[in-house]
Amino acid sequence: MRLNVACMFAGLIFSGLTLTVQAQEKSIFIQSTTSTANSGLYDHLLPKFEAASGIKAHVVAVGTGQAIRNARNCDGDVLLVHAKAAEEAFVASGYGVKRFDLMYNDFVIVGPQADPAKISGVAEVGTALKQIADSGAPFASRGDDSGTHKKELALWKAAGIDPEPASGSWYRATGSGMGATLNVAVGMGAYALTDRATWLNFKNKSDFKILTEGDAALFNQYGVMLVNPAKCPDVKAEHGQAFIDWLLSPAGQSHIAGHTVGGQQLFFPNAK
Amino acid sequence: MAFGLLATADADLMEIIGLSLRVSLTALLISCLIGLPLGALVATCRFRGRSALLVLMNALMGLPPVVVGLIVYLYLSRSGPLGWMQLLYTPTAMIIAQTILITPIIAALSRQILEDMHEEYSEQFRSMNVPWRAEIAALLWDGRFSLMTVALAGFGRSIAEVGAVIIVGGNIDHLTRVMTTAIALETSKGDLPLALALGLVLLVIALAVNALAFVMRQAASKFAYG
Repeated sequence: MRLNVACMFAGLIFSGLTLTVQAQEKSIFIQSTTSTANSGLYDHLLPKFEAASGIKAHVVAVGTGQAIRNARNCDGDVLLVHAKAAEEAFVASGYGVKRFDLMYNDFVIVGPQADPAKISGVAEVGTALKQIADSGAPFASRGDDSGTHKKELALWKAAGIDPEPASGSWYRATGSGMGATLNVAVGMGAYALTDRATWLNFKNKSDFKILTEGDAALFNQYGVMLVNPAKCPDVKAEHGQAFIDWLLSPAGQSHIAGHTVGGQQLFFPNAK
Repeated sequence: MAFGLLATADADLMEIIGLSLRVSLTALLISCLIGLPLGALVATCRFRGRSALLVLMNALMGLPPVVVGLIVYLYLSRSGPLGWMQLLYTPTAMIIAQTILITPIIAALSRQILEDMHEEYSEQFRSMNVPWRAEIAALLWDGRFSLMTVALAGFGRSIAEVGAVIIVGGNIDHLTRVMTTAIALETSKGDLPLALALGLVLLVIALAVNALAFVMRQAASKFAYG
């Protein structure tokens, strides 16, 4: 008898919950890297896209690795990230329809004014990383399988250094987002690799500044792709593709170029 | 600065505060509807395995929000068993996660309070031959002031947690952004003063809800006991 009452309650609650399932509006979900969201790019683009198309785009901003995993679980209609090899693997495995180059900017190494590894003005990023490793100055890594983390690992590899054995001493993997990692770096006076957009928007810079920039190896390409409706039947293919087409169109590309922070352009459109 | 923010009543901030309250208060309501009867049932009846259930209920009070978020995500994901409901990245998903998080708190704490009361009342109940449903109703009613504190503990947990809502809500602007996820976002942008100001606003909200509960309790007990 008592159990029946409890069951009745559970049933009531459940039916109440299912009633709240709302009618779906004309909308899409974008699984996105954080830099595009945190730099205000979507705040700049999405109202223009909505005005042009009537489609509302919702942005879930997480690291590239997590964005790709979420998209693999079909929890998004469009994927916008920056790790070309992982994106191509995503498409090759059938989860993405087709990957498009969208825009680029670059990575920079930031560090404290004191610059204990003396990397300021070093043109080659490999040399800068070697000097950091040799000096034993702290380096804060994302350590979260994000696009920036993948880039950082590739740069260490190209420099012929394996930072993993130093993990916990001078090499500190935060396992967090870019902003959180920059907060940690500023807190412990550590060097860090960051995309330029996030850095320009970051407000807790303290005495940190850009020390290494301009090496071609620091190129940062963003890609966009539709999650494949063949794998994920719930994908809003029509609306998602409309968003991608708009981003790649002359109008979308010029709006990307038009997004500035403090007079500086953050992303450079390069759709083909 | 926090009060400056509140005074200017920025529309976005109001939306975020509104959603925080809507999500957490709805989760609290559902948790009380489940947790209070459950607590009362366990408090009043004796059965095999009861001790194990008590330990389990108490242990579940320590459910890590991020684990709850992950489990709810796996169920609600479009590739999960409940994906067809299309609830992921909606306020409803956040309510579900917070309900799972705080129902054990409501059930375990109310169980303790009601069991203590039941010991006091049980002889009277037996002598008057009170049916069990009336027994539970009487306990819940007589314990209502203490149970309100239990509800406030649940509310405190739900309004303050970030781990679950950020996973199942996605911190989407104008859709699922609440106070805690907004604070996490501003912290990640390095805007520590704004993050701190939002934190103070959250504290003020918690204070206001608790003050309201206190006033209601005072008024109610004045009415009840003269």
